[in-house]
Formats: sequence, C-alpha cells, structure tokens
Amino acid sequence: MRRYTPKDDVQKKPYYTDRYWVAPQVPKYPVEEDEVFAEDLKAIKKKFKVDDAYIQVEQMVVYIRSEDNFGVLQLMRDELGYTQLSELSAIDRLAERGQFEVFYQMLSMQKRKRVRVKMLIDEHEAVNSVEKLFRSADWAEREMYDMFGIKLNNHPFPKRILMPDDWEGFPLRKTYPLQGDEFAAWYEVDKIFGKEARDIIGPELRDSAMVDRYDTKRFARLGHEVPYGAEFKADQPETPLGYQEEEGVFMIEKFDEEKSVVISDRDR
Amino acid sequence: MAQHQVNYAQDGGLPVALTTVDKVVNWGRSNSLWALTYGLACCGIEMMASGASRYDFDRFGTIFRASPRQAELMIVAGTLTKKHAEFIRRLYDQMTEPKWVISMGSCANTGGMFNTYATVQGVDRVIPVDLYLPGCAPRPETLQYAVMMLQKKIRREKAIKAQKPKRLM
Ligand code: SF4
Repeated sequence: MRRYTPKDDVQKKPYYTDRYWVAPQVPKYPVEEDEVFAEDLKAIKKKFKVDDAYIQVEQMVVYIRSEDNFGVLQLMRDELGYTQLSELSAIDRLAERGQFEVFYQMLSMQKRKRVRVKMLIDEHEAVNSVEKLFRSADWAEREMYDMFGIKLNNHPFPKRILMPDDWEGFPLRKTYPLQGDEFAAWYEVDKIFGKEARDIIGPELRDSAMVDRYDTKRFARLGHEVPYGAEFKADQPETPLGYQEEEGVFMIEKFDEEKSVVISDRDR
Repeated sequence: MAQHQVNYAQDGGLPVALTTVDKVVNWGRSNSLWALTYGLACCGIEMMASGASRYDFDRFGTIFRASPRQAELMIVAGTLTKKHAEFIRRLYDQMTEPKWVISMGSCANTGGMFNTYATVQGVDRVIPVDLYLPGCAPRPETLQYAVMMLQKKIRREKAIKAQKPKRLM
C-alpha cells in the first residue's frame, strides 16, 4: 500500500518547491552499440557535420547543423531507407540558451528503426523547409510556425494552421501566458464588436472557482431555476422545479407517472 | 367619448384582448423550436443523442436544421474557440427573429475546464444567451428539460410586440 501522507494543508504548500528542478534523464548509450545505427551515422558523417549522437530509448539521436537539414533528410530518405517523417516540431529553449531545438522524427520500415534528427537554431533564424522531401512536413511546419514563430524557407504555403490568421504571439513559447496575453483576452471582442466594446462587455472571468449564489445574473441556485437578474435574498422561499405551468398547456399532454410503464428489464 | 368606443391607445392599439393571441402564437412558437445544429465538441454528442430516436426531440417539435435561416433556436453545444467566435456571431445574426439561444455545458457557459488563451470564456461574451444549462456533458434528459424551460419562457413572453432586437450591445 502507498504510504499515507496527511493532505489537509496540501493547498497551502506551493505546488513545486524547486522551480528549476530538472527531471532525471533517460540514460544515453554510444551509437556503436547498435550496428545499424553505427552504419547510418557513418554515412551521415561522411557528408555532413554531426555535433553529437547517442542512443536513447532504442532510438538514435543525431545533432546536425541547421543549414544541413534538407541534405541530411534527403540522404536518409534516399540512401538509408528512412522513408517516413512521422513528426516534426520544435522545443523552446530560449530561456536556457537562447535557441530553439527543432527535431525530425524519422522512421524506416525496412530496418524497423527510428532516428531523431535534431538541430539548434537561433530565435530569428529561418529553417529550410523539407516539404519537398516529405509531404507530411507541410502541415507540421506550418504548425511549427504557428506555435513557435519559426520562419521557413521554401515552404509552399507558410501560413498559420491552428490559430486565426490575424493572431498575435506564438502560444507554445514558454514566455506565452497560458491564459493569453492582452491581445488574446480581447480577441473575439475586438474582432466582432470593435475595441470600443471592451468597456461594455468587460474582462473575462478567469477565476473558475468563483461562486456567488446571490448573483442571479451569473449563477443559478442549484436545483432551482431563477429568472435572470431576479432579486434574491437568503430568507426567500425556494423556487420549486417545474417544466410546465401548473394548469397545463393547450393540447400538450402532461407526463403522468401513474399511467406510465417502468421498464426494468434493460435487455428487452 | 361614448362608453362603447374602443380605446385604441390601450393594449397596443388592437381592439381585442391580447392574451388569447399571445397564447396561440406562443403555443405555436414554443412547439416548433427548430434548432440550428451547433455541436462544437463532446456536448454535441449528447445533443445528437437527444435528437435521435431514444430521447426523440421531434416530439417537442425541435427539429435540427442545417441552415440558420430556418432555425430559431441555437443550442451551443461545446467549446467555443476564439477562432470560431466570429462565425458563431455571424450565424446568430443570420437567424431570423424571434430567436433564442441555449448555452449547453460548462464550456459554453464559462469556458469550462479550458481556462486557456484559445477558448472564449462563455458564449455570452459574443451572443446573448437565454438559458444556461450546466453539466459536463449534460445528459440528453437535461437538454430536454432545458428546452422545456425555454418553452415555458416563450409562453410567458408577449407574442405581438415590436420584437426588441436581442443584441449584446
Ligand atoms: S462542457 Fe464538457 S462535455 Fe461539454 S464540450 Fe465542454 S468538455 Fe465537452
């Protein structure tokens, strides 16, 4: 059984005690331990500069130079048999070292191996598109631009894919607030009604735990329907539930419990 | 002024008591609430279930329409993203008066669990809502109950009045 820890004051404690805690890494092994990977790495090293390479969780990770990415992927596709690009995106390491880490996850069906090609790019550096090699890179690169703001060379349609076209900011950057910046907070109001409507509509209510049972404009009393904006004080009688007027409605039959049949056999 | 003369200034200028007309018109309106299909996320599945044979929305006269021109009820079922907010407003504006909106589920009411940059924190920031239906997701019975509450609300309204255009602002 799991050891019991008292949880009464758990809310008072900060969730993370160490903000800069670094998760333990999965062990890395030298590439020579796997024959197939060693061969592949040799072929890549023959033509391109490789900064680092190791095996992690049975996959080879290769760090290359950012200007070589098209060449390396072409080599891997045409000569090494890595015919699929299953995933491509970036990791924000701007705070850590002022760079983005772009990764390409490659799959070879013949060798039954996966290789992750990684490269580090500067914040404003544009990346060569690999869309001409792999069609799957089309949308993945657009998403990379959408989420991180990484620009692409030679992409056929370099446009945002998930966020609206007129969006400002790149949401997957670590500096982007989860609940959105000022632009995001007012986006729909600005777009539909115009900036001058901000005062009328008011800011977003982001406190999801807020409940005010006497505020009938924004909250209903549980189990009782309250008309919008009705005056309600603590000592008032309860409003009973009712889906129809007491006297009934013209030509509409009211549900009669006496006359109904309860089916208890669910498989009937 | 002779006693038998009708006071045209009274009761909205019509020489009949409006209650009966109100009742007939509202009875018709409340029992033919054609809804615009507006399933945006998981709540949409419950809305579809309400429309299908087991829960059978048709017996309330609620028939789902794919065009805003034919609909007078918008059941916003699901998460409204900021990208989509513009279109929900446009579709709402395309619906003919009189029109009503049910906001179905936590996401449509307040943004629900999606307390993020990309979700509209409640559809009432964009379109006026008549009825908020809590739950994540509300069961089909709950949606039926909401429709019946809305019918009750419609029956309370005056039928022949200058329809005050429902605008958020
Ligand atoms: S309220 Fe719950 S069920 Fe409905 S759309 Fe949101 S997350 Fe899905």
